[in-house]
Amino acid sequence: MALRYFGFLLIFSLLVLVWHLVVTLFDVPEYVFPKPVSVAKAIEEMIQSGQLYRNSVASLFRVTCGFYMAVVTAVPLGLVLGRKSHLRIFLNPLIQFLRPISPLAWIPIALMWFGIGDRPAIFLIFLSSFFPLVVFTTSSVLSIRTTYLRVAKNFGLNGLDLYRKVILPAALPDIITGIRITLGTAWLVIVAAEMIAVKSGLGYLIIDARNSLRMDKVVAGMVAIGLIGLVLDHIIRFLERMPSVEWSRLRR
Amino acid sequence: MEQVETLNKIEVCNLQKCYKERRAKKRFHTQCEAQEDCRVLDGLSFSIPAGCFVCFIGPSGCGKSTMFRIISGFERPSGGKVLIDGNQVTGPSNKHVCVFQEDGLFPWFTARQNVAIGLGTNSNEAHVQETVDEYLELVGLAGFGDHYPHELSGGMRRRAEVARALITNPEILFMDEPFGALDFVTRLQMREEMVNVHQMFDMTILFITHDIDEALQLGDRIIMLSDRPSTVAWDMELDFPHPRDLSTSPLKEIRKEIYYKMGLHVAL
Ligand SMILES: Nc1ncnc2c1ncn2[C@@H]1O[C@H](COP(=O)(O)OP(=O)(O)O)[C@@H](O)[C@H]1O
Ligand SMILES: [Mg+2]
Repeated sequence: MALRYFGFLLIFSLLVLVWHLVVTLFDVPEYVFPKPVSVAKAIEEMIQSGQLYRNSVASLFRVTCGFYMAVVTAVPLGLVLGRKSHLRIFLNPLIQFLRPISPLAWIPIALMWFGIGDRPAIFLIFLSSFFPLVVFTTSSVLSIRTTYLRVAKNFGLNGLDLYRKVILPAALPDIITGIRITLGTAWLVIVAAEMIAVKSGLGYLIIDARNSLRMDKVVAGMVAIGLIGLVLDHIIRFLERMPSVEWSRLRR
Repeated sequence: MEQVETLNKIEVCNLQKCYKERRAKKRFHTQCEAQEDCRVLDGLSFSIPAGCFVCFIGPSGCGKSTMFRIISGFERPSGGKVLIDGNQVTGPSNKHVCVFQEDGLFPWFTARQNVAIGLGTNSNEAHVQETVDEYLELVGLAGFGDHYPHELSGGMRRRAEVARALITNPEILFMDEPFGALDFVTRLQMREEMVNVHQMFDMTILFITHDIDEALQLGDRIIMLSDRPSTVAWDMELDFPHPRDLSTSPLKEIRKEIYYKMGLHVAL
């Protein structure tokens, strides 16, 4: 564990060092790419003014709402689709048709439907997470070992009990992997969405900084996005360590 | 005819099974003819009286597991029928419990939760815990109730699975090569315990094995299947008391006979 954090710090220090050397050696002007020191100063300034905190919370709030809504709808739908082949045959073409449409292409419609504010952004996050989560969940149900399903049938498990005791726990490790990947995508999308649709959040912060030609603030915003993404990923990885999920890693 | 059917616990009549093979696959099977290719069971018939411990042996891939899935109701036969207590089998039932060839314990549950699955849902919690502990102890897993399957050895996992099957108090216990993946000594221990289990519980056991000695030591009867498409190659009663010494005369001869019928020419 200690080694992991050490490695993390080492690689980041190296990155910053190389960055500093390249920028100074080639005499890159600040408006093309700022020095690490300027970015650090910008971060400090933005922390002082509360700008960084406010915008991070705005982005996180939208991602949390949209993503939460996607999880509570997509996972149950995926669980059912994985079991009911008739329903799957009907809905799969629709899902596969809607899935490749980038959530950003929905921005005009989102603005039309929901106006300005949090709601269009939340809607976009929901869209960007919903379809992948349905697909992940369905496929994780479909890849449950037949033996487990036979055992469940043998002991007369059916209905809600079957879902609660067998289908959901058997699919859960794969679903959590899906959640982890999808949350990463949602975090990607929010920044893009905020550049166009709203007047707060980290995406907006970056665009606003660019408009006032503050490249140090732009990079500071990028650093914040990266760090929060890292933390989100770590939180999901806690889920993977739950005893009722861990088995899929520890088996064999 | 009707009377014979009601006397026996399990009646298997002219069981047939064909799997539809995909065309692409067929081309690679050079030796077999297209028709023969998919035939796994070809007119399997036998009847088993209640309380009998039957061991099935046969070459690998001859359709033992297929037969097992059909008799226990998980698959439909292509032809013929299976009667249990005179009724045609239409699906699995918790009165006929299977221990599958593959690991069947739910890895997301502890040993205790797994065994409790066998009790169903409509009983009170205290009673469940008490009964589960009793059965865990019976199979020698007392104190391991809170372990997850990945924290147990292969033998212990199988024991937990046997406990889960026994706790339902089944009329028929199906076991498909249950000890095939275990090491030699554990296998010998499990053999002994299976004899005890059969004496303690009043049930019919169908036990598939590729281990001829295991069959000789456990079975009241051995049914040998032929190579695919499989039929009953040999059906014999073993009326010997337990524990059995396989190096003594009648069993030794029988073993020799089985080896011979399987086309093995090894010195014993
Ligand atoms: N679901 C299936 N689809 C097609 N062929 C199958 C299927 N299950 C089994 N078989 C074929 O049936 C034959 C018997 O398999 P199995 O019953 O597992 O044999 P055994 O348990 O005796 O080793 C094998 O040749 C296998 O390829
Ligand atoms: Mg088999």
